[in-house]
Amino acid sequence: MPTPIQLELSRRKLLVSSAATVAVAGAAKDVRAADIRGKALQNTTAVALEVNGETQHLVLDNRTTLLDALREHLHLTGTKKGCDHGQCGACTVIVDGRRINSCLSLAVMHEGSKIQTIEGLGQPGNLHPMQAAFVKHDGFQCGYCTPGQICSSVAVLEEIKANIPSHVTANLTEQAAITSAEIRERMSGNICRCGAYSNIIDAIIEIAGVPA
Amino acid sequence: MKAFSYERASTVEGAAKAAAQTPNAKFIAGGTNLLDLMKLEIETPSHLIDVNGLGLDTIEKTAEGGIRIGALVRNTDLAADNSVRRDYGLLSRALVAGASGQLRNRATTAGNLLQRTRCPYFYDSNQPCNKRQPGTGCSAIGGVTRQLGVVGVSDACIATHPSDMAVAMRALDAVIETIKPDGAKRAIPIADFHRLPGDTPHIETALDHGELITSVVLPAPIGGKHIYRKTRDRASYAFALVSVAAVIQADGRGKVAVGGVAPKPWRAEAAEDELRKGAHALASALLADARPTQQNDFKISLTERTLSAVLAEARG
Repeated sequence: MPTPIQLELSRRKLLVSSAATVAVAGAAKDVRAADIRGKALQNTTAVALEVNGETQHLVLDNRTTLLDALREHLHLTGTKKGCDHGQCGACTVIVDGRRINSCLSLAVMHEGSKIQTIEGLGQPGNLHPMQAAFVKHDGFQCGYCTPGQICSSVAVLEEIKANIPSHVTANLTEQAAITSAEIRERMSGNICRCGAYSNIIDAIIEIAGVPA
Repeated sequence: MKAFSYERASTVEGAAKAAAQTPNAKFIAGGTNLLDLMKLEIETPSHLIDVNGLGLDTIEKTAEGGIRIGALVRNTDLAADNSVRRDYGLLSRALVAGASGQLRNRATTAGNLLQRTRCPYFYDSNQPCNKRQPGTGCSAIGGVTRQLGVVGVSDACIATHPSDMAVAMRALDAVIETIKPDGAKRAIPIADFHRLPGDTPHIETALDHGELITSVVLPAPIGGKHIYRKTRDRASYAFALVSVAAVIQADGRGKVAVGGVAPKPWRAEAAEDELRKGAHALASALLADARPTQQNDFKISLTERTLSAVLAEARG
């Protein structure tokens, strides 16, 4: 009778070997006819991403969005899939310092990119100030859009500091101000179906350090 | 999404060549529109050529006193560029009137020009659409048409071009520079870049197979008041019902392009002779050939009113 530990080990070995079988079968199917340049056309690509400071080497089906790579391959499920079409902002992450919709970007297009997700911004016991402000101001109800809202909020304040104009910036040749109107406009790509908007604005305003 | 192979291009010549030599290939830059359409299997490329590594991401002065905008300059960076804010304010205004902050951070100058219509029937693959599947018919005609085109449309298609940026570029007389798979380069005035639908609404631009946009050139600044006014159903993050991009000079002359009403940024240089007579005369000349539906004929008066507001702002 094997001990529980031995059982666990053999189960792991079994999983590893069956995964390898799947990978080999997958690879054979992946190579399509070479094009007229003689280049092998493959449905998978190797990519190295730096996610929350750690380099991750992945071989992905080319169709894998950055969102799915984070959630399904790296198990960073803080980033949420809402509409999957760039309309709701739940999938917002910060890539090379800029917020983007991770659902509308292929993971293989991010070779060498530095990606920051909600897990990288802060952790339980070590919250990012914006996370703490969302808690304090009750800037959420169901919480599904919240990781995207927080990533966007952090990036919005950086965008204003970097003097990137918005639709409500009065004068294009002056430094954009941190105002409630500016923040509302810049956060319009993050939808909250629970309608926590006013509390979200309060949280961002507090972190921005300006009177609302 | 259909499976596809993928490569990262390292030179513009190589990218154009690869596109010509690989069946059913497409370039991908920001991907914000293409991936959306691929998920819905409206676009089904079998090969993607990633052009993000080509550089083409700078804004430089031209010998003629204008600027050359790299094809891969992101919408955010173009809107924030100091020379654009100072000399081509309506372009900056048009860019920040479009999409969301997240999308503008990825979307590129060339991709913005090439984005496809948001006509709901183009997006609904259960319904016929001549743009999506040539020859199947237009479901929009006789359907829900409030958002759709009123001028430049045809019996085959009444979709609009959704870009804000392109409307400003049309008023600014932008020129689109390209490279073909054989290495030949050409410059296409924006007036000739987008095609009217006629009976081939699936052919949307003057680009040849494998031809790659490398930059967009704006002529030397012309001064004047730069205004972009967008009318839409929400205050932010919505496509235009009608938008007006205008450069108005102190003497009342100017350049005016209209968005949200046609399959391309809509401008008629001859109509600009009417500018000093006011919004009604200008709108009448611009939309002389309009053929709106019952649901979208409000765009005719909305165009006039938006023009009126723009002219008032220019005087103020």
